[in-house]
Amino acid sequence: MNGLEDSLTLPREQNRERAAQLRGTKTKTLSGLKWRENLLAYAFLAPSLILFAIFFFYPMIKSVYLSLHATDLTGRVTGFVGLDNFDYLIKNDLFFQGLKITVYFALLTVPTGILAALILAAITSGKQRGLTIFQFAFSLPVVLSVGSSSVIWMFLYHPSLGMLNYFLSLLNLSPINWLIDPKRALLSVSLMTVWMNLGFNYIVLSSGLRGIPDEIRESAAIDGAGPVRTFVQILLPLLSPTLFFLAIVSVISSFQSFGQINILTHGGPMNSTNVLVYSIYQEAFENFRFGTGSAQALVLFVIIVILTLVQFKWVEKKVHYQ
Amino acid sequence: MSRRISATVLYIVMALCALAVLYPVLYAFSTSLMPPSEASLYPPHVVPHSLNLKNFVEVFEIVPIAAFIGNTFLVSIVVMLGQLITSSLAAYAFARMNFKGKNLLFASFMATMMIPWEVTIIPNYLTVRGWDWLDSYQGLIVPFLAASFGTFLLRQFFMQLPTELFEAARMDGCGHVRFFLSHVIPLSRPALGTLGVYSFLHMWNAYLWPLLITNSDKMRTVQIGISMLQHQETTEWNLVFAGIVIVILPSLLMLAFGLKQLVRGMTVGALKG
Repeated sequence: MNGLEDSLTLPREQNRERAAQLRGTKTKTLSGLKWRENLLAYAFLAPSLILFAIFFFYPMIKSVYLSLHATDLTGRVTGFVGLDNFDYLIKNDLFFQGLKITVYFALLTVPTGILAALILAAITSGKQRGLTIFQFAFSLPVVLSVGSSSVIWMFLYHPSLGMLNYFLSLLNLSPINWLIDPKRALLSVSLMTVWMNLGFNYIVLSSGLRGIPDEIRESAAIDGAGPVRTFVQILLPLLSPTLFFLAIVSVISSFQSFGQINILTHGGPMNSTNVLVYSIYQEAFENFRFGTGSAQALVLFVIIVILTLVQFKWVEKKVHYQ
Repeated sequence: MSRRISATVLYIVMALCALAVLYPVLYAFSTSLMPPSEASLYPPHVVPHSLNLKNFVEVFEIVPIAAFIGNTFLVSIVVMLGQLITSSLAAYAFARMNFKGKNLLFASFMATMMIPWEVTIIPNYLTVRGWDWLDSYQGLIVPFLAASFGTFLLRQFFMQLPTELFEAARMDGCGHVRFFLSHVIPLSRPALGTLGVYSFLHMWNAYLWPLLITNSDKMRTVQIGISMLQHQETTEWNLVFAGIVIVILPSLLMLAFGLKQLVRGMTVGALKG
Protein backbone atom coordinates (compact mmCIF):
# COMPACT_ATOMS: atom_id res chain seq x y z
CA MET A 1 0.00 0.00 0.00
CA ASN A 2 2.69 2.39 1.12
CA GLY A 3 4.86 1.63 -1.80
CA LEU A 4 1.96 2.12 -4.03
CA GLU A 5 1.11 5.41 -2.41
CA ASP A 6 4.68 6.58 -2.67
CA SER A 7 4.93 5.66 -6.24
CA LEU A 8 1.69 7.47 -6.79
CA THR A 9 2.38 10.59 -4.74
CA LEU A 10 5.81 11.24 -6.13
CA PRO A 11 4.84 11.85 -9.67
CA ARG A 12 1.75 13.63 -8.43
CA GLU A 13 3.90 16.14 -6.60
CA GLN A 14 5.96 16.59 -9.66
CA ASN A 15 2.88 16.99 -11.73
CA ARG A 16 1.55 19.54 -9.39
CA GLU A 17 4.76 21.49 -9.60
CA ARG A 18 4.79 21.33 -13.35
CA ALA A 19 1.18 22.26 -13.49
CA ALA A 20 1.82 25.24 -11.27
CA GLN A 21 4.70 26.21 -13.49
CA LEU A 22 2.59 25.82 -16.57
CA ARG A 23 -0.27 27.69 -14.98
CA GLY A 24 2.09 30.50 -14.12
CA THR A 25 3.24 30.96 -17.66
CA LYS A 26 -0.26 30.39 -18.94
CA THR A 27 -1.87 33.03 -16.73
CA LYS A 28 0.85 35.40 -17.76
CA THR A 29 0.18 34.99 -21.47
CA LEU A 30 -3.56 34.94 -20.89
CA SER A 31 -3.51 38.21 -19.02
CA GLY A 32 -1.25 39.57 -21.72
CA LEU A 33 -3.79 38.51 -24.30
CA LYS A 34 -6.58 40.04 -22.26
CA TRP A 35 -4.63 43.28 -22.07
CA ARG A 36 -4.16 43.30 -25.79
CA GLU A 37 -7.81 42.52 -26.39
CA ASN A 38 -8.87 45.31 -24.06
CA LEU A 39 -6.62 47.80 -25.78
CA LEU A 40 -7.74 46.68 -29.22
CA ALA A 41 -11.41 46.91 -28.23
CA TYR A 42 -10.94 50.46 -26.97
CA ALA A 43 -9.14 51.32 -30.18
CA PHE A 44 -12.11 49.94 -32.15
CA LEU A 45 -14.53 51.96 -30.03
CA ALA A 46 -12.45 55.14 -29.89
CA PRO A 47 -13.71 56.89 -33.06
CA SER A 48 -17.36 56.50 -32.07
CA LEU A 49 -16.72 57.26 -28.40
CA ILE A 50 -14.85 60.47 -29.14
CA LEU A 51 -17.56 61.68 -31.51
CA PHE A 52 -20.34 60.81 -29.07
CA ALA A 53 -18.49 62.53 -26.24
CA ILE A 54 -18.17 65.74 -28.27
CA PHE A 55 -21.55 65.79 -29.97
CA PHE A 56 -23.86 64.02 -27.46
CA PHE A 57 -22.58 63.78 -23.91
CA TYR A 58 -20.82 67.12 -23.67
CA PRO A 59 -23.85 68.96 -25.20
CA MET A 60 -26.17 67.33 -22.67
CA ILE A 61 -24.06 68.70 -19.82
CA LYS A 62 -23.66 72.03 -21.59
CA SER A 63 -27.46 72.27 -22.01
CA VAL A 64 -27.93 71.95 -18.27
CA TYR A 65 -25.19 74.54 -17.74
CA LEU A 66 -26.67 76.97 -20.28
CA SER A 67 -30.16 76.55 -18.86
CA LEU A 68 -28.89 77.90 -15.51
CA HIS A 69 -27.16 80.91 -17.04
CA ALA A 70 -27.94 84.08 -18.92
CA THR A 71 -26.21 84.61 -22.25
CA ASP A 72 -25.55 87.58 -24.47
CA LEU A 73 -26.52 87.71 -28.15
CA THR A 74 -23.43 85.83 -29.24
CA GLY A 75 -24.13 82.97 -26.85
CA ARG A 76 -21.43 83.94 -24.34
CA VAL A 77 -22.43 83.23 -20.73
CA THR A 78 -22.93 86.47 -18.80
CA GLY A 79 -23.93 85.19 -15.39
CA PHE A 80 -25.49 82.52 -13.25
CA VAL A 81 -29.25 82.93 -12.94
CA GLY A 82 -30.27 79.72 -11.17
CA LEU A 83 -33.70 78.50 -12.18
CA ASP A 84 -34.77 81.87 -13.63
CA ASN A 85 -34.92 80.48 -17.16
CA PHE A 86 -37.30 77.73 -16.05
CA ASP A 87 -39.28 80.23 -14.00
CA TYR A 88 -39.59 82.37 -17.12
CA LEU A 89 -40.94 79.35 -19.03
CA ILE A 90 -43.47 78.47 -16.33
CA LYS A 91 -44.81 82.02 -16.28
CA ASN A 92 -44.91 82.18 -20.06
CA ASP A 93 -48.30 81.36 -21.59
CA LEU A 94 -46.78 80.86 -25.01
CA PHE A 95 -44.62 78.05 -23.67
CA PHE A 96 -47.63 76.18 -22.29
CA GLN A 97 -49.56 76.82 -25.46
CA GLY A 98 -46.60 75.39 -27.35
CA LEU A 99 -46.61 72.28 -25.17
CA LYS A 100 -50.35 71.87 -25.73
CA ILE A 101 -49.93 72.24 -29.49
CA THR A 102 -47.12 69.68 -29.47
CA VAL A 103 -49.37 67.19 -27.68
CA TYR A 104 -52.30 67.91 -30.04
CA PHE A 105 -49.97 67.45 -32.96
CA ALA A 106 -48.89 64.03 -31.65
CA LEU A 107 -52.52 63.05 -31.04
CA LEU A 108 -53.48 64.16 -34.55
CA THR A 109 -50.62 62.47 -36.36
CA VAL A 110 -49.68 59.29 -34.48
CA PRO A 111 -52.97 57.32 -34.22
CA THR A 112 -54.15 58.31 -37.71
CA GLY A 113 -50.75 57.60 -39.21
CA ILE A 114 -50.57 54.15 -37.66
CA LEU A 115 -54.19 53.32 -38.50
CA ALA A 116 -53.82 54.36 -42.15
CA ALA A 117 -50.62 52.36 -42.52
CA LEU A 118 -52.20 49.38 -40.75
CA ILE A 119 -55.12 49.32 -43.19
CA LEU A 120 -52.79 49.58 -46.18
CA ALA A 121 -50.51 46.88 -44.77
CA ALA A 122 -53.53 44.63 -44.14
CA ILE A 123 -54.92 44.88 -47.69
CA THR A 124 -51.51 44.30 -49.26
CA SER A 125 -50.43 41.44 -47.01
CA GLY A 126 -51.91 38.67 -49.18
CA LYS A 127 -50.32 36.78 -52.02
CA GLN A 128 -52.25 38.25 -54.97
CA ARG A 129 -50.42 39.12 -58.15
CA GLY A 130 -49.16 42.65 -58.73
CA LEU A 131 -48.89 43.54 -55.05
CA THR A 132 -45.26 44.66 -55.42
CA ILE A 133 -46.38 47.79 -57.26
CA PHE A 134 -48.70 48.75 -54.43
CA GLN A 135 -46.06 47.96 -51.83
CA PHE A 136 -43.67 50.24 -53.69
CA ALA A 137 -46.30 53.00 -53.85
CA PHE A 138 -47.15 52.85 -50.15
CA SER A 139 -43.48 52.78 -49.12
CA LEU A 140 -42.58 55.70 -51.35
CA PRO A 141 -42.95 58.63 -48.92
CA VAL A 142 -40.23 57.10 -46.76
CA VAL A 143 -37.46 58.37 -49.02
CA LEU A 144 -38.86 61.88 -49.43
CA SER A 145 -37.35 64.55 -47.26
CA VAL A 146 -39.27 66.89 -45.04
CA GLY A 147 -37.89 69.74 -47.16
CA SER A 148 -39.18 68.67 -50.56
CA SER A 149 -42.43 67.16 -49.17
CA SER A 150 -43.26 70.41 -47.42
CA VAL A 151 -42.67 72.48 -50.54
CA ILE A 152 -44.89 70.17 -52.61
CA TRP A 153 -47.68 70.44 -50.02
CA MET A 154 -47.20 74.19 -49.77
CA PHE A 155 -48.32 74.37 -53.39
CA LEU A 156 -51.09 71.79 -52.96
CA TYR A 157 -52.42 73.95 -50.10
CA HIS A 158 -52.20 77.21 -52.09
CA PRO A 159 -55.46 79.07 -51.29
CA SER A 160 -56.37 80.15 -54.83
CA LEU A 161 -54.31 78.03 -57.23
CA GLY A 162 -53.79 74.88 -55.13
CA MET A 163 -54.94 71.48 -56.28
CA LEU A 164 -56.70 70.59 -53.03
CA ASN A 165 -59.04 73.56 -53.26
CA TYR A 166 -59.56 72.78 -56.95
CA PHE A 167 -60.62 69.24 -56.09
CA LEU A 168 -62.95 70.64 -53.41
CA SER A 169 -64.50 72.95 -56.00
CA LEU A 170 -65.09 69.94 -58.29
CA LEU A 171 -67.07 68.42 -55.42
CA ASN A 172 -68.96 71.71 -55.07
CA LEU A 173 -67.34 72.39 -51.68
CA SER A 174 -66.14 75.81 -50.67
CA PRO A 175 -62.37 76.33 -50.59
CA ILE A 176 -60.47 76.00 -47.32
CA ASN A 177 -57.75 78.36 -46.10
CA TRP A 178 -55.53 75.41 -45.29
CA LEU A 179 -52.52 77.14 -43.79
CA ILE A 180 -53.88 80.64 -43.19
CA ASP A 181 -56.83 79.83 -40.94
CA PRO A 182 -55.55 79.45 -37.33
CA LYS A 183 -58.21 76.78 -36.74
CA ARG A 184 -57.08 74.68 -39.73
CA ALA A 185 -53.33 75.21 -39.88
CA LEU A 186 -52.39 72.51 -37.37
CA LEU A 187 -54.77 70.07 -39.07
CA SER A 188 -53.23 70.83 -42.45
CA VAL A 189 -49.69 70.38 -41.15
CA SER A 190 -50.83 67.12 -39.52
CA LEU A 191 -52.33 65.83 -42.76
CA MET A 192 -49.07 66.45 -44.55
CA THR A 193 -47.13 64.81 -41.71
CA VAL A 194 -49.33 61.70 -41.75
CA TRP A 195 -48.64 61.39 -45.48
CA MET A 196 -44.92 61.91 -44.99
CA ASN A 197 -44.68 59.24 -42.27
CA LEU A 198 -46.90 56.76 -44.06
CA GLY A 199 -44.02 55.06 -45.85
CA PHE A 200 -42.09 54.29 -42.69
CA ASN A 201 -45.19 53.11 -40.81
CA TYR A 202 -46.26 50.98 -43.75
CA ILE A 203 -42.87 49.30 -44.09
CA VAL A 204 -42.65 48.51 -40.38
CA LEU A 205 -46.20 47.15 -40.15
CA SER A 206 -46.11 45.09 -43.33
CA SER A 207 -42.81 43.49 -42.30
CA GLY A 208 -44.43 42.74 -38.96
CA LEU A 209 -47.39 41.10 -40.71
CA ARG A 210 -45.10 39.10 -42.96
CA GLY A 211 -43.34 37.80 -39.85
CA ILE A 212 -46.51 36.04 -38.67
CA PRO A 213 -46.47 32.40 -39.84
CA ASP A 214 -48.93 31.43 -42.57
CA GLU A 215 -50.24 28.44 -40.59
CA ILE A 216 -51.96 30.82 -38.20
CA ARG A 217 -53.92 32.40 -41.05
CA GLU A 218 -54.65 29.00 -42.57
CA SER A 219 -55.96 27.48 -39.38
CA ALA A 220 -58.15 30.55 -38.81
CA ALA A 221 -59.54 30.14 -42.32
CA ILE A 222 -60.23 26.43 -41.67
CA ASP A 223 -62.09 27.38 -38.52
CA GLY A 224 -64.30 29.56 -40.69
CA ALA A 225 -63.09 33.00 -39.64
CA GLY A 226 -63.48 35.67 -42.32
CA PRO A 227 -60.55 37.88 -43.34
CA VAL A 228 -61.64 40.84 -41.20
CA ARG A 229 -62.21 38.71 -38.10
CA THR A 230 -58.91 36.89 -38.61
CA PHE A 231 -57.18 40.21 -38.82
CA VAL A 232 -58.79 41.86 -35.80
CA GLN A 233 -58.91 38.89 -33.44
CA ILE A 234 -55.80 36.92 -34.39
CA LEU A 235 -53.29 38.92 -36.40
CA LEU A 236 -53.67 42.20 -34.54
CA PRO A 237 -52.75 40.78 -31.10
CA LEU A 238 -49.77 39.03 -32.69
CA LEU A 239 -48.74 42.30 -34.27
CA SER A 240 -48.88 44.20 -31.00
CA PRO A 241 -45.09 44.20 -30.33
CA THR A 242 -44.61 45.89 -33.70
CA LEU A 243 -47.44 48.36 -33.04
CA PHE A 244 -45.90 49.09 -29.65
CA PHE A 245 -42.51 49.82 -31.18
CA LEU A 246 -44.10 51.99 -33.87
CA ALA A 247 -46.15 53.96 -31.35
CA ILE A 248 -43.07 54.86 -29.31
CA VAL A 249 -41.01 55.82 -32.34
CA SER A 250 -43.87 57.86 -33.84
CA VAL A 251 -44.64 59.84 -30.69
CA ILE A 252 -40.97 60.64 -30.21
CA SER A 253 -40.55 61.71 -33.82
CA SER A 254 -43.71 63.82 -33.70
CA PHE A 255 -42.27 65.68 -30.70
CA GLN A 256 -39.20 66.41 -32.82
CA SER A 257 -41.08 67.85 -35.82
CA PHE A 258 -39.55 71.02 -37.18
CA GLY A 259 -39.06 71.14 -40.96
CA GLN A 260 -42.69 71.07 -42.05
CA ILE A 261 -43.59 73.77 -39.50
CA ASN A 262 -40.71 75.99 -40.58
CA ILE A 263 -41.58 75.71 -44.26
CA LEU A 264 -45.38 75.61 -44.18
CA THR A 265 -46.40 77.98 -41.37
CA HIS A 266 -43.41 79.40 -39.45
CA GLY A 267 -45.27 78.49 -36.29
CA GLY A 268 -48.22 80.68 -37.23
CA PRO A 269 -50.87 81.83 -37.87
CA MET A 270 -51.15 83.30 -34.37
CA ASN A 271 -48.74 80.68 -32.99
CA SER A 272 -51.31 77.97 -33.75
CA THR A 273 -48.60 75.60 -35.02
CA ASN A 274 -45.77 76.67 -32.75
CA VAL A 275 -44.56 73.25 -31.56
CA LEU A 276 -41.79 72.76 -29.02
CA VAL A 277 -38.81 72.25 -31.33
CA TYR A 278 -39.88 75.23 -33.41
CA SER A 279 -39.98 77.45 -30.35
CA ILE A 280 -36.54 76.18 -29.25
CA TYR A 281 -35.32 77.19 -32.69
CA GLN A 282 -36.93 80.62 -32.43
CA GLU A 283 -35.71 81.23 -28.90
CA ALA A 284 -32.10 80.29 -29.62
CA PHE A 285 -31.54 81.21 -33.25
CA GLU A 286 -33.94 84.09 -33.87
CA ASN A 287 -34.07 85.76 -30.43
CA PHE A 288 -30.56 84.57 -29.46
CA ARG A 289 -31.66 83.58 -25.96
CA PHE A 290 -29.57 80.43 -25.64
CA GLY A 291 -30.33 80.03 -21.92
CA THR A 292 -34.11 79.78 -22.21
CA GLY A 293 -33.68 77.84 -25.44
CA SER A 294 -31.62 75.25 -23.55
CA ALA A 295 -34.18 75.17 -20.75
CA GLN A 296 -36.86 74.31 -23.34
CA ALA A 297 -34.59 71.71 -24.90
CA LEU A 298 -34.23 70.06 -21.48
CA VAL A 299 -38.00 70.06 -21.07
CA LEU A 300 -38.23 68.29 -24.42
CA PHE A 301 -35.60 65.78 -23.28
CA VAL A 302 -37.44 65.04 -20.02
CA ILE A 303 -40.75 64.63 -21.85
CA ILE A 304 -39.24 62.18 -24.30
CA VAL A 305 -37.56 60.15 -21.57
CA ILE A 306 -40.82 60.03 -19.56
CA LEU A 307 -42.84 59.08 -22.63
CA THR A 308 -40.47 56.26 -23.42
CA LEU A 309 -40.55 54.95 -19.84
CA VAL A 310 -44.32 55.29 -19.47
CA GLN A 311 -44.96 53.54 -22.74
CA PHE A 312 -42.56 50.76 -21.84
CA LYS A 313 -44.16 50.20 -18.44
CA TRP A 314 -47.78 50.73 -19.34
CA VAL A 315 -48.14 49.46 -22.88
CA GLU A 316 -45.85 46.50 -22.48
CA LYS A 317 -48.23 44.90 -20.02
CA LYS A 318 -50.93 44.84 -22.65
CA VAL A 319 -48.70 43.67 -25.44
CA HIS A 320 -48.92 40.07 -26.57
CA TYR A 321 -45.56 38.45 -27.13
CA GLN A 322 -45.40 35.23 -29.09
CA MET B 1 -67.73 34.27 -58.39
CA SER B 2 -68.12 36.32 -55.22
CA ARG B 3 -64.44 35.70 -54.48
CA ARG B 4 -63.64 37.14 -57.91
CA ILE B 5 -65.73 40.23 -57.19
CA SER B 6 -64.15 40.80 -53.80
CA ALA B 7 -60.68 40.44 -55.35
CA THR B 8 -61.58 43.06 -57.97
CA VAL B 9 -62.95 45.38 -55.31
CA LEU B 10 -59.73 44.94 -53.33
CA TYR B 11 -57.64 45.88 -56.38
CA ILE B 12 -59.76 48.97 -57.00
CA VAL B 13 -59.41 50.03 -53.35
CA MET B 14 -55.65 49.47 -53.47
CA ALA B 15 -55.36 51.42 -56.71
CA LEU B 16 -57.32 54.36 -55.30
CA CYS B 17 -55.20 54.38 -52.14
CA ALA B 18 -52.01 54.20 -54.20
CA LEU B 19 -53.21 57.11 -56.33
CA ALA B 20 -53.92 59.17 -53.22
CA VAL B 21 -50.52 58.38 -51.69
CA LEU B 22 -48.65 58.99 -54.92
CA TYR B 23 -50.60 62.09 -55.89
CA PRO B 24 -48.28 64.75 -54.39
CA VAL B 25 -45.33 63.17 -56.20
CA LEU B 26 -47.23 62.76 -59.48
CA TYR B 27 -48.34 66.37 -59.15
CA ALA B 28 -44.72 67.48 -58.72
CA PHE B 29 -43.70 65.54 -61.84
CA SER B 30 -46.57 66.82 -63.95
CA THR B 31 -46.08 70.48 -62.95
CA SER B 32 -42.35 70.20 -63.60
CA LEU B 33 -43.13 69.37 -67.23
CA MET B 34 -45.51 72.28 -67.87
CA PRO B 35 -44.69 75.53 -69.62
CA PRO B 36 -44.95 78.54 -67.25
CA SER B 37 -48.27 79.72 -68.68
CA GLU B 38 -49.88 76.34 -68.01
CA ALA B 39 -48.43 75.92 -64.52
CA SER B 40 -50.13 79.04 -63.19
CA LEU B 41 -53.44 78.39 -64.91
CA TYR B 42 -56.73 78.25 -63.06
CA PRO B 43 -58.56 75.90 -63.18
CA PRO B 44 -55.32 73.92 -63.08
CA HIS B 45 -54.54 71.10 -65.48
CA VAL B 46 -54.22 67.77 -63.72
CA VAL B 47 -51.92 66.45 -66.45
CA PRO B 48 -49.75 68.70 -68.66
CA HIS B 49 -51.24 69.43 -72.08
CA SER B 50 -47.91 70.40 -73.53
CA LEU B 51 -44.40 69.49 -72.50
CA ASN B 52 -41.69 71.94 -71.61
CA LEU B 53 -38.46 70.13 -70.78
CA LYS B 54 -36.59 73.44 -70.74
CA ASN B 55 -37.65 73.79 -67.07
CA PHE B 56 -34.94 71.37 -66.08
CA VAL B 57 -32.34 73.59 -67.71
CA GLU B 58 -33.74 76.92 -66.57
CA VAL B 59 -33.92 75.93 -62.90
CA PHE B 60 -30.13 75.63 -62.93
CA GLU B 61 -29.99 79.29 -63.97
CA ILE B 62 -32.20 80.78 -61.26
CA VAL B 63 -30.66 78.97 -58.28
CA PRO B 64 -27.21 77.34 -57.99
CA ILE B 65 -28.85 73.94 -57.79
CA ALA B 66 -25.80 72.20 -59.27
CA ALA B 67 -23.73 73.45 -56.33
CA PHE B 68 -26.46 72.33 -53.88
CA ILE B 69 -26.48 68.86 -55.39
CA GLY B 70 -22.69 68.67 -55.43
CA ASN B 71 -22.45 69.76 -51.77
CA THR B 72 -25.10 67.41 -50.54
CA PHE B 73 -23.71 64.52 -52.52
CA LEU B 74 -20.23 65.05 -51.09
CA VAL B 75 -21.52 65.43 -47.53
CA SER B 76 -23.78 62.37 -47.80
CA ILE B 77 -21.07 60.13 -49.27
CA VAL B 78 -18.47 61.13 -46.69
CA VAL B 79 -20.93 60.70 -43.80
CA MET B 80 -21.98 57.33 -45.21
CA LEU B 81 -18.38 56.07 -45.43
CA GLY B 82 -17.57 57.52 -42.01
CA GLN B 83 -20.56 55.85 -40.37
CA LEU B 84 -19.75 52.54 -42.05
CA ILE B 85 -16.21 52.66 -40.63
CA THR B 86 -16.94 53.91 -37.10
CA SER B 87 -20.06 51.76 -36.67
CA SER B 88 -18.53 48.54 -37.95
CA LEU B 89 -15.47 48.95 -35.72
CA ALA B 90 -17.58 49.64 -32.63
CA ALA B 91 -20.07 46.92 -33.52
CA TYR B 92 -17.27 44.37 -33.88
CA ALA B 93 -15.90 45.27 -30.45
CA PHE B 94 -19.35 44.85 -28.89
CA ALA B 95 -20.14 41.64 -30.75
CA ARG B 96 -16.88 39.71 -30.62
CA MET B 97 -14.48 41.14 -28.06
CA ASN B 98 -14.27 40.96 -24.29
CA PHE B 99 -13.16 44.05 -22.47
CA LYS B 100 -13.67 45.89 -19.22
CA GLY B 101 -16.75 48.10 -19.02
CA LYS B 102 -18.41 46.53 -22.07
CA ASN B 103 -21.94 46.67 -20.66
CA LEU B 104 -21.59 50.23 -19.46
CA LEU B 105 -20.20 51.39 -22.78
CA PHE B 106 -22.92 49.59 -24.70
CA ALA B 107 -25.57 51.20 -22.52
CA SER B 108 -24.06 54.62 -23.16
CA PHE B 109 -24.13 53.96 -26.91
CA MET B 110 -27.80 53.04 -26.66
CA ALA B 111 -28.47 56.13 -24.55
CA THR B 112 -27.42 58.34 -27.44
CA MET B 113 -30.29 56.81 -29.43
CA MET B 114 -32.67 58.10 -26.76
CA ILE B 115 -31.30 61.64 -26.83
CA PRO B 116 -33.08 63.50 -29.60
CA TRP B 117 -30.65 65.42 -31.78
CA GLU B 118 -32.80 68.56 -31.29
CA VAL B 119 -31.97 68.60 -27.57
CA THR B 120 -28.26 68.95 -28.24
CA ILE B 121 -28.55 71.38 -31.10
CA ILE B 122 -27.81 74.62 -29.20
CA PRO B 123 -24.51 73.47 -27.62
CA ASN B 124 -23.51 71.76 -30.88
CA TYR B 125 -24.13 74.96 -32.78
CA LEU B 126 -21.99 76.88 -30.27
CA THR B 127 -19.23 74.24 -30.48
CA VAL B 128 -19.13 74.27 -34.25
CA ARG B 129 -19.19 78.05 -34.29
CA GLY B 130 -16.37 78.13 -31.73
CA TRP B 131 -14.24 76.01 -34.08
CA ASP B 132 -15.03 78.39 -36.92
CA TRP B 133 -16.76 75.59 -38.76
CA LEU B 134 -19.92 77.49 -39.69
CA ASP B 135 -20.62 77.35 -43.41
CA SER B 136 -18.05 74.60 -43.99
CA TYR B 137 -18.01 70.96 -45.04
CA GLN B 138 -16.47 69.93 -41.70
CA GLY B 139 -19.39 71.50 -39.87
CA LEU B 140 -21.88 69.59 -42.01
CA ILE B 141 -20.02 66.28 -41.85
CA VAL B 142 -18.13 65.70 -38.59
CA PRO B 143 -21.06 65.73 -36.09
CA PHE B 144 -22.67 62.85 -38.02
CA LEU B 145 -19.67 60.57 -38.51
CA ALA B 146 -20.70 58.18 -35.71
CA ALA B 147 -24.09 56.52 -35.39
CA SER B 148 -25.44 54.49 -32.50
CA PHE B 149 -28.20 53.18 -34.74
CA GLY B 150 -25.60 51.87 -37.18
CA THR B 151 -23.57 50.33 -34.38
CA PHE B 152 -26.65 48.55 -33.06
CA LEU B 153 -27.69 47.34 -36.51
CA LEU B 154 -24.25 45.94 -37.36
CA ARG B 155 -23.77 44.42 -33.90
CA GLN B 156 -26.99 42.43 -34.37
CA PHE B 157 -25.67 41.21 -37.70
CA PHE B 158 -22.16 40.36 -36.46
CA MET B 159 -23.61 38.33 -33.59
CA GLN B 160 -25.51 36.20 -36.10
CA LEU B 161 -22.33 35.18 -37.90
CA PRO B 162 -21.49 31.57 -36.96
CA THR B 163 -19.22 31.22 -33.91
CA GLU B 164 -17.43 28.26 -35.57
CA LEU B 165 -16.05 30.61 -38.16
CA PHE B 166 -14.59 32.78 -35.45
CA GLU B 167 -13.12 29.82 -33.57
CA ALA B 168 -11.63 28.31 -36.70
CA ALA B 169 -9.98 31.61 -37.58
CA ARG B 170 -8.55 31.91 -34.06
CA MET B 171 -7.14 28.38 -34.29
CA ASP B 172 -5.36 29.39 -37.47
CA GLY B 173 -3.81 32.25 -35.52
CA CYS B 174 -5.94 34.90 -37.12
CA GLY B 175 -6.12 37.99 -34.89
CA HIS B 176 -9.07 40.28 -34.40
CA VAL B 177 -7.92 42.87 -36.91
CA ARG B 178 -7.35 40.37 -39.69
CA PHE B 179 -10.52 38.45 -38.88
CA PHE B 180 -12.50 41.70 -38.94
CA LEU B 181 -11.07 42.90 -42.24
CA SER B 182 -10.93 39.64 -44.19
CA HIS B 183 -13.97 37.75 -42.85
CA VAL B 184 -16.48 39.92 -41.02
CA ILE B 185 -16.57 42.84 -43.44
CA PRO B 186 -16.97 40.77 -46.62
CA LEU B 187 -19.64 38.59 -44.99
CA SER B 188 -21.60 41.62 -43.78
CA ARG B 189 -22.20 43.26 -47.12
CA PRO B 190 -26.01 43.11 -46.77
CA ALA B 191 -25.98 44.84 -43.38
CA LEU B 192 -23.39 47.37 -44.52
CA GLY B 193 -25.56 48.04 -47.57
CA THR B 194 -28.55 48.71 -45.33
CA LEU B 195 -26.61 51.13 -43.18
CA GLY B 196 -25.16 52.79 -46.27
CA VAL B 197 -28.55 53.41 -47.88
CA TYR B 198 -29.97 54.62 -44.60
CA SER B 199 -27.19 57.04 -43.72
CA PHE B 200 -26.94 58.42 -47.26
CA LEU B 201 -30.67 59.17 -47.36
CA HIS B 202 -30.59 60.64 -43.90
CA MET B 203 -27.93 63.15 -44.87
CA TRP B 204 -29.43 63.85 -48.28
CA ASN B 205 -32.71 64.71 -46.55
CA ALA B 206 -31.30 66.56 -43.53
CA TYR B 207 -32.93 69.91 -42.89
CA LEU B 208 -32.48 71.55 -39.47
CA TRP B 209 -28.69 71.29 -39.09
CA PRO B 210 -27.77 72.54 -42.59
CA LEU B 211 -30.34 75.31 -42.14
CA LEU B 212 -28.57 76.45 -38.96
CA ILE B 213 -24.96 76.27 -39.96
CA THR B 214 -24.88 77.19 -43.65
CA ASN B 215 -25.57 80.69 -44.92
CA SER B 216 -23.87 81.06 -48.28
CA ASP B 217 -25.19 79.69 -51.56
CA LYS B 218 -21.85 77.97 -51.94
CA MET B 219 -22.45 75.70 -48.93
CA ARG B 220 -26.24 75.22 -48.98
CA THR B 221 -27.60 71.69 -49.26
CA VAL B 222 -30.40 70.62 -51.59
CA GLN B 223 -33.15 70.59 -48.98
CA ILE B 224 -32.44 74.18 -47.95
CA GLY B 225 -32.02 75.19 -51.59
CA ILE B 226 -35.37 73.70 -52.47
CA SER B 227 -37.20 75.52 -49.71
CA MET B 228 -35.50 78.72 -50.86
CA LEU B 229 -37.02 78.25 -54.31
CA GLN B 230 -40.51 79.03 -53.03
CA HIS B 231 -39.32 82.37 -51.67
CA GLN B 232 -38.08 83.61 -55.03
CA GLU B 233 -39.62 86.96 -55.96
CA THR B 234 -41.36 85.64 -59.03
CA THR B 235 -42.28 82.12 -58.10
CA GLU B 236 -42.61 80.12 -61.25
CA TRP B 237 -44.23 76.90 -60.23
CA ASN B 238 -42.90 74.90 -63.15
CA LEU B 239 -39.32 75.80 -62.19
CA VAL B 240 -39.84 75.11 -58.48
CA PHE B 241 -41.17 71.68 -59.31
CA ALA B 242 -38.43 71.00 -61.82
CA GLY B 243 -36.04 71.65 -58.93
CA ILE B 244 -37.99 69.36 -56.61
CA VAL B 245 -38.04 66.56 -59.19
CA ILE B 246 -34.26 66.83 -59.63
CA VAL B 247 -33.80 66.66 -55.87
CA ILE B 248 -36.15 63.74 -55.17
CA LEU B 249 -34.97 61.68 -58.14
CA PRO B 250 -31.92 60.22 -56.33
CA SER B 251 -34.16 59.29 -53.39
CA LEU B 252 -36.68 57.59 -55.66
CA LEU B 253 -33.90 55.65 -57.40
CA MET B 254 -32.62 54.57 -53.98
CA LEU B 255 -36.09 53.34 -53.14
CA ALA B 256 -36.33 51.38 -56.39
CA PHE B 257 -32.97 49.68 -55.89
CA GLY B 258 -32.67 49.69 -52.13
CA LEU B 259 -36.17 49.06 -50.76
CA LYS B 260 -35.05 45.69 -49.38
CA GLN B 261 -32.11 47.28 -47.57
CA LEU B 262 -34.29 50.03 -46.14
CA VAL B 263 -36.89 47.56 -44.92
CA ARG B 264 -34.21 45.50 -43.20
CA GLY B 265 -32.78 48.54 -41.44
CA MET B 266 -36.09 49.84 -40.22
CA THR B 267 -37.33 46.57 -38.87
CA VAL B 268 -34.25 45.78 -36.78
CA GLY B 269 -35.96 47.38 -33.80
CA ALA B 270 -39.43 46.18 -34.64
CA LEU B 271 -38.64 42.52 -35.04
CA LYS B 272 -36.69 42.38 -31.85
CA GLY B 273 -40.02 43.16 -30.19
